[in-house]
Amino acid sequence: MTTEDLLTFPLALQGDHVPMVSFRQVSKSYGSLTVLDSLDLDVAEGEMVTIIGPSGSGKTTVLRMLMTLETIDGGVIYIDGRPLTHMPKGIGLVAANSRHLRKMRSNIGMCFQHFNLFPHMTALENCMEGPVNVLGLSKKEARERSEQLLAMVGMVDKRHQHPSCLSGGQQQRVAIARALAMRPKVMLFDEVTSALDPEVIGEVTNVIRKLVAEHNLTMLMVTHQMGFAKDISDRVCFFYGGRIEEQGTPEELFGNPKRERTQQFLRAVKEAV
Amino acid sequence: MDLREPIDHRVAGRASLALYLQVRIFSKLGKDHGMSYFEFIAKYGDRILSGTLVSMMLTILAAILAIAIAVAAGLMRMSPNPLVRGIATLYIEIFRGTSLLVQLYWIFFVLPLFGITLEKFTAGFIAVGMNLGAYGSEVVRGAILSVPRGQWEAALALNMSSGKRMLRVILPQALLIMLPPWGNLLIELLKGTALVALIAVADLTFQAKQINATTYLSAQSFGTALIVYYIVARFVITPSMRWLEGYMKRKMGRA
Repeated sequence: MTTEDLLTFPLALQGDHVPMVSFRQVSKSYGSLTVLDSLDLDVAEGEMVTIIGPSGSGKTTVLRMLMTLETIDGGVIYIDGRPLTHMPKGIGLVAANSRHLRKMRSNIGMCFQHFNLFPHMTALENCMEGPVNVLGLSKKEARERSEQLLAMVGMVDKRHQHPSCLSGGQQQRVAIARALAMRPKVMLFDEVTSALDPEVIGEVTNVIRKLVAEHNLTMLMVTHQMGFAKDISDRVCFFYGGRIEEQGTPEELFGNPKRERTQQFLRAVKEAV
Repeated sequence: MDLREPIDHRVAGRASLALYLQVRIFSKLGKDHGMSYFEFIAKYGDRILSGTLVSMMLTILAAILAIAIAVAAGLMRMSPNPLVRGIATLYIEIFRGTSLLVQLYWIFFVLPLFGITLEKFTAGFIAVGMNLGAYGSEVVRGAILSVPRGQWEAALALNMSSGKRMLRVILPQALLIMLPPWGNLLIELLKGTALVALIAVADLTFQAKQINATTYLSAQSFGTALIVYYIVARFVITPSMRWLEGYMKRKMGRA
């Protein structure tokens, strides 16, 4: 994308209802493979949006771009009205420097499919790591905050255990607490139950249900748990071939899918269960 | 804790077996020259001991230098800046691609021509340390690259700066991965220090050479040196590295 193309994007989003997350014509490709094809997607503050779709449809890429784990080839992402991987310079936007990236990244937290807890730290130390070393909290403050969050996810008894001593479900709950300890405005859940044994999926989904019910977090979730998505989402987006093929409330999308690809996908998922 | 005790016994057992064999073999050889191995040790033991201490001192200083260089060069090799990467690559190419002995001669005999004169002991450990540091840098780089990608991503998702990501998340995990190959390198380093005898540093090899020159008891002098090197490598360095590995594993809650 040339600088001239970037001139068509506003330096910041303004108005009464600025979305918390806004993708504007975002594209991404690996060589000749197009992963995202001019994606437009707005997520309002406090909204829970679930992304479903076949593998390779670009759904995980959406989350990874928001976490700045992937670069974007075209378009602009706005977080709370401000560009994420671009920054204003003169009359247009240019690629962000690392300072801007770090400032913007502080709005976002992410949980991964494989938890990615730091193995050389206990559950508590994992949660305290960011608050102490990034936010500059005192150890005492960080410990209080972390213990509170570990209690919320039901892991306070195991706070002195290393990840290797915890089950997958327990590790994922610690990972959620660790991300929340940074007080993000937007939380991303990337297939957080996909690597779990079936019997422990519930303990992780219950934590997310609790978050949806009790907090005004903006959340984006990629999942294969259709029932779970149906229960808690405000909106469900079905991705196909790097675009949103269909989106709507869970009732609309699961109850009465309009597009053929959506129907096919949902049928295939139902048969697999 | 309970596990370590029998291992200690075994190590002690093997060390004493090595010493016993040494005494038996050399006693036999010594008789031909009219001097038993006990007499040999009684006479030259203190020189062998002082040589051993010099060799161990060289090993320790060279190891510290090698580790520092290895970490620095290993990290530089992964820098996004091509100049920084180039400097590290050049360093590794030179010190890994040429002979340690020639490097030692360069540092001791050629650097003075450029106004840098080093004492022979200093020149000795610097040459060995710089040489092994070049090998070690690849070990460091490999270990850092083998820390799972998800760890980098999780550290980034916590908004950690690149320095903190490396220092607090990646290096502690890389350390555990690189310990076994470092054990190898340190043994290599110990043996490499023998070359400093050629610039007359009074290490174990130098003492053995001196004793041999005055007594012609080649088997005893070099045989003793051989066994002392083996004992230090096998019964000092290897167990220390094992212990360190176990300690790190316990710290990571893996043991």
